[in-house]
Amino acid sequence: MIEIDGKKVQAEPGSMIIEAADKVGVKIPRFCYHKKLSIAANCRMCLVDVANSRKPLPACATPITEGMVVHTQTQAALQAQKAVMEFLLINHPLDCPICDQGGECELQDLAMGYGKDISRFSEGKRVVKDKNLGSLISTDMTRCILCTRCVRFGEEVAGMVEMGVTGRGETSEVGTYIEEHLISEVSGNIIDLCPVGALTSKPFRFKARAWELTQHPSISAHDALGAHIYLHTRRDEVMRVVPRENEALNETWASDRDRFSYAGLASEDRLLEPMIKKNGHWQTCDWAEALAFAHEALHKIQHEKGAEQIAALVSPQVSIEEHYLFQKYIRALGSDKIDHRLRYVDPLMGRDLNLSDPLAAKIAEVESMDAVFILGCDPQREMPLLGLRLRKAALQGAAIVSLNPIDFNFTFEQQQTCIVEAQEMLHALVWMMKHSLKSGEENIWPLLKESADVPALVQAKMSMIAAVLQKEGQKLMIMGALASQAPQAHLIQECLHWLCERWGAKLMILSPGANSTGACIAGSLPKDKNISSLDFWKAKLSAYVLLGVEPEFDCTHPHWALEALHQAESVIVLSAFKTPKMLEYADVLLPIAAFSEYAGSFVNFEGSWQTFKAAVNPKGQARPAWKVLRVLGNLGHYPGFEYENWEQVSLEIKEQAKDQNSSKVSSALNDRLADLQTGLKVLPYWPMYRADPLVRRSAPLQACALTEEACVLLNPKTAQTHGLKAGDTIFCEQEGSRTQLILNLDPRVPEKTLYWPMGFEETQGLASAISPVQIAGHKG
Amino acid sequence: MIAVDQVCFRANALPEPWTLATYESLGGYQIWKKILKENTAPELIVEQIKASFLRGRGGAGFPTGLKWSFISRSMPGQKYVVCNSDEGEPGTCKDRDILRYNPHQLIEGMAIAGYVMGATVGYNYIRGEFNEPIDRFVEALEEAYAAGFLGKDILKSKVDFDLYHHIGAGAYICGEETALLESLEGKRGNPRFKPPFPASYGLYGCPTTINNTETFASVPVILEKGAQWFLEQGKPKNGGTKIFCVSGHVNRPGNFEVPLGLPFKDLLEMAGGVRNGHALKAVIPGGSSAPILPAAVMMKLDMDFDSLAQAGSMLGSGAVIIMDETACMVKVLARIAHFYFEESCGQCTPCREGTGWMSRILHRILHGQGRMEHLNLLDNVAENIMGRTICALGDAAAMPVRSFIQHFRPEFEHHITTGQCDLGGAHHD
Repeated sequence: MIEIDGKKVQAEPGSMIIEAADKVGVKIPRFCYHKKLSIAANCRMCLVDVANSRKPLPACATPITEGMVVHTQTQAALQAQKAVMEFLLINHPLDCPICDQGGECELQDLAMGYGKDISRFSEGKRVVKDKNLGSLISTDMTRCILCTRCVRFGEEVAGMVEMGVTGRGETSEVGTYIEEHLISEVSGNIIDLCPVGALTSKPFRFKARAWELTQHPSISAHDALGAHIYLHTRRDEVMRVVPRENEALNETWASDRDRFSYAGLASEDRLLEPMIKKNGHWQTCDWAEALAFAHEALHKIQHEKGAEQIAALVSPQVSIEEHYLFQKYIRALGSDKIDHRLRYVDPLMGRDLNLSDPLAAKIAEVESMDAVFILGCDPQREMPLLGLRLRKAALQGAAIVSLNPIDFNFTFEQQQTCIVEAQEMLHALVWMMKHSLKSGEENIWPLLKESADVPALVQAKMSMIAAVLQKEGQKLMIMGALASQAPQAHLIQECLHWLCERWGAKLMILSPGANSTGACIAGSLPKDKNISSLDFWKAKLSAYVLLGVEPEFDCTHPHWALEALHQAESVIVLSAFKTPKMLEYADVLLPIAAFSEYAGSFVNFEGSWQTFKAAVNPKGQARPAWKVLRVLGNLGHYPGFEYENWEQVSLEIKEQAKDQNSSKVSSALNDRLADLQTGLKVLPYWPMYRADPLVRRSAPLQACALTEEACVLLNPKTAQTHGLKAGDTIFCEQEGSRTQLILNLDPRVPEKTLYWPMGFEETQGLASAISPVQIAGHKG
Repeated sequence: MIAVDQVCFRANALPEPWTLATYESLGGYQIWKKILKENTAPELIVEQIKASFLRGRGGAGFPTGLKWSFISRSMPGQKYVVCNSDEGEPGTCKDRDILRYNPHQLIEGMAIAGYVMGATVGYNYIRGEFNEPIDRFVEALEEAYAAGFLGKDILKSKVDFDLYHHIGAGAYICGEETALLESLEGKRGNPRFKPPFPASYGLYGCPTTINNTETFASVPVILEKGAQWFLEQGKPKNGGTKIFCVSGHVNRPGNFEVPLGLPFKDLLEMAGGVRNGHALKAVIPGGSSAPILPAAVMMKLDMDFDSLAQAGSMLGSGAVIIMDETACMVKVLARIAHFYFEESCGQCTPCREGTGWMSRILHRILHGQGRMEHLNLLDNVAENIMGRTICALGDAAAMPVRSFIQHFRPEFEHHITTGQCDLGGAHHD
């Protein structure tokens, strides 16, 4: 028990005065202190009066002792705080009206309370040269007060030492050690951390004042974490995105993808009016005409060719209500061919979401793990804030081990990492399972009777991984995109599940997009377990309906997808954006509301329904997709499309979900390991800023240093055997497709693997992620 | 007759005093051998150091025995012993001469400290500008290793102690013990916030004892001649001898190892008195960070920790800067203020911003551009820095300013009103 300004506070011994003060609402001014960063005690703003101390003490760094009596408002404390404020201001520009931080500046706010109205400083002020940190963060380094929050964020939280202090004394400067742009996937957080106007958002800079903005709580639309964010809007436009604190999910952070993707909302590609193609020519029209056009086109196919000639693809980014209405509409037409799983090659993958499973892990549990097994996953790129949690776990001593088809550079230490070709991940896993069986247990699972042939080095590494995972303690296994996209991915999931049960670990399956979980609950996948979107393309059907999908960018088989779309009689697209290819294959374009423009819910990978409201109106003639689908349902005279608002859709889904049995796939029992393929294989992946239509259109993200180029990566050894070198243009042939690509060499990629970035114009020639590929030639 | 060169400088009169042979001829390493042979209880050694009233010779004067008692041999994990030879306090040049003339005594002292605390590794962080002293210390290390006094299983005692030297890069702040540790770890030399103190969180986060060169070098003699002998060299609570680095306006500047508590006037006499028969004006008795004292005060003072503290200054590192009647106090203070401005690490706001401010105001006054309100402003800026920073550099920058203004205010006022100096000091050199 201690006393702060006369208030009795129950505080943890060893915690700091400032924490106790924050708890009871005693405001102590501070700049360098941040609850998520280590204590620097360098700004000296939080000096307080502690009984029996001859000097004022920094509240952020003074541990509480029993019976301590603290005064924050005595003459001595105020005098110390005011003195520090004077020192902070002597070299700080006093031009708040022209500073981008004005109105939301911690220094400006505190200067109102602790600053003098007239400066005693008559010397010249310090000027510091600005640094170029890339396309996301703007600098005004003369304003820097050297609190080092940005430096500590990089060192401690992000795990990338990018910012640092150089120089000494008054000439100290914060900047990058080497002239380089920031490449952290969470770099934007230093904008929020900076208490002054030294680091500000480049896309937002000088666009609006804080007091002009309206704040709307929302949910991030890019990964399955469902990070809480605020959309700041002005005059019906999203001006910026900032994190909304939520300890259970995103803490105080936002990933750069969540923060800067909004810039894509105003893209030139926005589809603003309904459009129909007549005699090969596009023309804009009103909604009634476009909807009638779409309805008639589908009606025609339905009657002439049969509803099974209609396939529907939907992005996992759309709300659960939209998923639900979309599948309801497609099923009302009479087709079961609907899928949101655009990246998987195994039709059994992504059906069972492991939600009701007691093994399912929560993101907040990650940091307390003693061991974590990462399988086919680059957590930092797939779900950046999971990367931060893993780093926390690693710093607290967790043993991190991984089995991956590329040797990722993580921001945390790994105790063991086993790098194999993508197709070998399952084999390595089965080998590990077999070698952890007790005698007589070989028959418990037929799969285990098979010989999983893996090289000796892989055996050695998997044994070490198994040893780590069999130790006592809290354990977690994470299955990421590269595992889920692999052939026989569902077997990987089954194996992990089995191992988790056996070794007492928790399981986390990362699904693509913000709402794959919601898509499954809503029924956005075929009831026939043996088919998936891949079969829809291969079958070359008569009609395709797309919701929020750009198949040439979003699907694992863009070449087949484009072939199918081009030959189809009708392609109906509901989208917020248009692409050049879309104008070729589509027959009607229905503009729908983009993220931030409609209300709905996402279900994150933990299974939480998170509802968000519209922050702005849809641009142009665009309408929320659920309304468009409602009208299409009505046009077809299908029952059950008489919704008045989206909440009614939500209620209906929840009502139905109650009856849903967990559709656990257990065919694995009879599955065999597929034979390993020889020759060159393609390993497709989505670079983090090519992952969905919105991020692809965010100019600042596309210009930032972390953005990857449309180059395929090859191991230098494989390149040598093919006589290739970095920078060569290569011609890849695969099942009738021919793609011209720039080659880069990277020893982190296993041999005989082409690490193939998706979501680019240049890489759309990929026919199949499973089939072998030939390099038909090259020019250097 | 004042007994001189009893402890750290005891070899100075001998030819090639830095060699192992010379040191051993004085009984060097006998204590180390005895400890290893008899497996002396570390507590007994700490008791002796405590009884000797050896106080830290780097400037703070913290009782060494007490510091050593914070880390015990039985504590688990790696521990370190670090010697601070980053002698940078203006006016100080004693550690340099210990390294030059008696490096083995330092090595023996550090080895004993390592034994007491169970630290198997020691580092000596030496000021980068010390060329000859570094060479001498490195040679001595080689000799000590060759003779088997350092390394693993020393003299078959199962005691390990490896000692390394590390060369600093010229930053004054790295003489601050926690900045030194940061620098030793390869980081920017920023002082750490304390607590935790190095005894619990030191080098690489391990328990660490860090002492000054003179402190470590005093240890073998204390153990050899006894705590009582050492204490009796000085005054109660101010045990032993101290090396004073007398510089400035004296006829015979230099290092003088004398008993603590020696009257200042005797020390001045040993240094040959004030040059050219001038009158003494003022003395900075403990390095540039110590408050200045006027001649009248100094002439009545004894040179020990407590006497100087009572007079409002401090013994500090023992650097005694003598100024005669020709010294311009404005110029001296401007020079000192510029030094701290240059050497502030820039971490804490008051020191980073305040040292430059004070230095600029003083240069204004010095160059005839001062205004009378500057004096109170200076004093207030100094007051606002004092006690508000992570390390003592803020205080070190503020104390001279406040003491100069306190004792020599009329001289500053004269500069301001007339715009010039009556002492004929060349103010623009």
